[in-house]
Amino acid sequence: MILSIDDIQFRYNGHPVLKNVTFDVQQGEVVAILGPNGVGKTTLLRCINGILKPSSGTVMVEDENILKMEAMAVARHIGYVSQRQSTGKITAFDAILMGRRPHIRFRVNEKDLRIVDGAIKSLHLENLALRHIDRMSGGELQKVALGRAMVQEPNLLLLDEPTSSLDLKNQVEILKLIRHVVKEHAVCAVMTLHDLSTAFRFADKCLFLKNGGIHAAVSPREVTTDMITEVYGIEVDIHHHNGFPLVIPH
Amino acid sequence: MHFARGTLNQSYSRYIGRKSAFIFLGLLTLGGFILFSMSTGAARIPIADVVRALTGIGASKRFDIIVWQIRLPQVLTAVVAGAGLSVGGAVMQSILRNPLGSPFTLGISHAAAFGAAFSVMILGSGTMASAHVGAITISNPYITTGMAFLFSMLASFFIVAVARMRGAKAETMILAGVAMGALFTAGTMFLQFFADDVQLAAMVFWTFGDVARASWNELSVLAGVTLVATLYFFFNAWNYNAVDAGDETAKGLGVRVERVRLMGMLAASLVTAVIVSFLGIIGFVGLVCPHMVRRLIGGDNRFLLPASAVLGAVLLLVSDTAARLILAPHLLPVSILTAFMGAPVFMILIVKGRA
Repeated sequence: MILSIDDIQFRYNGHPVLKNVTFDVQQGEVVAILGPNGVGKTTLLRCINGILKPSSGTVMVEDENILKMEAMAVARHIGYVSQRQSTGKITAFDAILMGRRPHIRFRVNEKDLRIVDGAIKSLHLENLALRHIDRMSGGELQKVALGRAMVQEPNLLLLDEPTSSLDLKNQVEILKLIRHVVKEHAVCAVMTLHDLSTAFRFADKCLFLKNGGIHAAVSPREVTTDMITEVYGIEVDIHHHNGFPLVIPH
Repeated sequence: MHFARGTLNQSYSRYIGRKSAFIFLGLLTLGGFILFSMSTGAARIPIADVVRALTGIGASKRFDIIVWQIRLPQVLTAVVAGAGLSVGGAVMQSILRNPLGSPFTLGISHAAAFGAAFSVMILGSGTMASAHVGAITISNPYITTGMAFLFSMLASFFIVAVARMRGAKAETMILAGVAMGALFTAGTMFLQFFADDVQLAAMVFWTFGDVARASWNELSVLAGVTLVATLYFFFNAWNYNAVDAGDETAKGLGVRVERVRLMGMLAASLVTAVIVSFLGIIGFVGLVCPHMVRRLIGGDNRFLLPASAVLGAVLLLVSDTAARLILAPHLLPVSILTAFMGAPVFMILIVKGRA
């Protein structure tokens, strides 16, 4: 087990946003956090990597309590891809190299460069490595962000809506890459997603959040129409195609 | 996660090498201009004699005095102030993630001007002794400098305090800076309205930033502060890169964004405040130089910061040399020239910026 979250509570200005959130993530697992807007999906991700401090509860990564660690040490365990990516006049190589920040004091060594090089190859970004990221498409930028999180050499990847601004082709490409990275490096990933059918296609486990708590934690095959109706408040049909559930609203 | 495969990216090393070469060339250029600048002026000194005077081998007494007492402090002040203002501007632009970050736009210069005006008017440091044409001196420069410094630090503390209250967001700091600038401009105008002729002249004179104002004593303070702050900035280059990538991303990389932003802001303000208090307002160097460098070698702060320092030094030195020659025998304060040059350069950067 890589990630173990036990009874997290989080309050914002006195209002409870997350309550009694408890779940585990195993090695090689991709977990999708689902739920309507404003339910606390992003807040949950931020609580996991300590950007936000939960008012109670524990977050264990590989048996170490994240909430009691230095930010830099956390960044060696958890790679985080935020929802919005800034651009600038820096190359994709440099942007990805930044992921080595938690390991670098000042000088970049051969190992850092080798790791970045490897990540660029596995993301198929070789031809763009020395292009400035302000001249990149949304999909390319998202790959750079994923690369940055990868070279942190984390055990756990957190991704906040990694597909939000991408077209279908890029969505599929990014999610396949995430799965590939998780399986190949035997790590795990927790991501928030909006598109249910996409989530069911690419996740091993789905957590439905409702009213700040976990409403259901199931594998995609076990998702029922009732669960979706209870969480999102709309009527849907579920059809299965090649074993993957497809959600069709009424 | 482990990456065993992958070969060292040689084209990246070449790319990095080009950036280092840019900085090295900049340093060479700077060295050349330092010699050239010391040889030109009211009295022309051949470069060979400049070198002789500097090394102390066989220069004439007259050249020796001109070089050591007049030219060298002025040249080094231009170098130090140019580097400090430019690197301070680069850091502000980076940590505020805003291309308009500079001592000018954040009200720090205005606060210094108010401090000087306050000193002239209220503390009475403004009686002038006009020795010869164009050389007006403020009777008690240290009070004026002190007050300018005090107020500019006050402005930056206020900006930082507001930012702390609101979570050190970049937008908050910029808006607080704009508010400070407006407030202190109003304060200066208020004082100027009630000032008599002599006081008014002293206030206005102070705002003309001029590197000739510093002697060896002032230069050593300027150089010390600039050096320490610049080293601090270089050491934090990785953190500024991370902040450039966005607050969330930087936090995910273990960077304490609020702390980096507040400390960076204070250090950049300190450098600027010291330079501006001693020399007066020198605009546009801190704004334009980092933009030029960013266009030339990109926004990676590991190279942007040293390159900005070098280019800032070259730019202010060249401007100061030009300002000394352009209306000779009249000596123009360098700030007038930087403002004249800076505006069109900035316009070019804006127009050609986003293709």
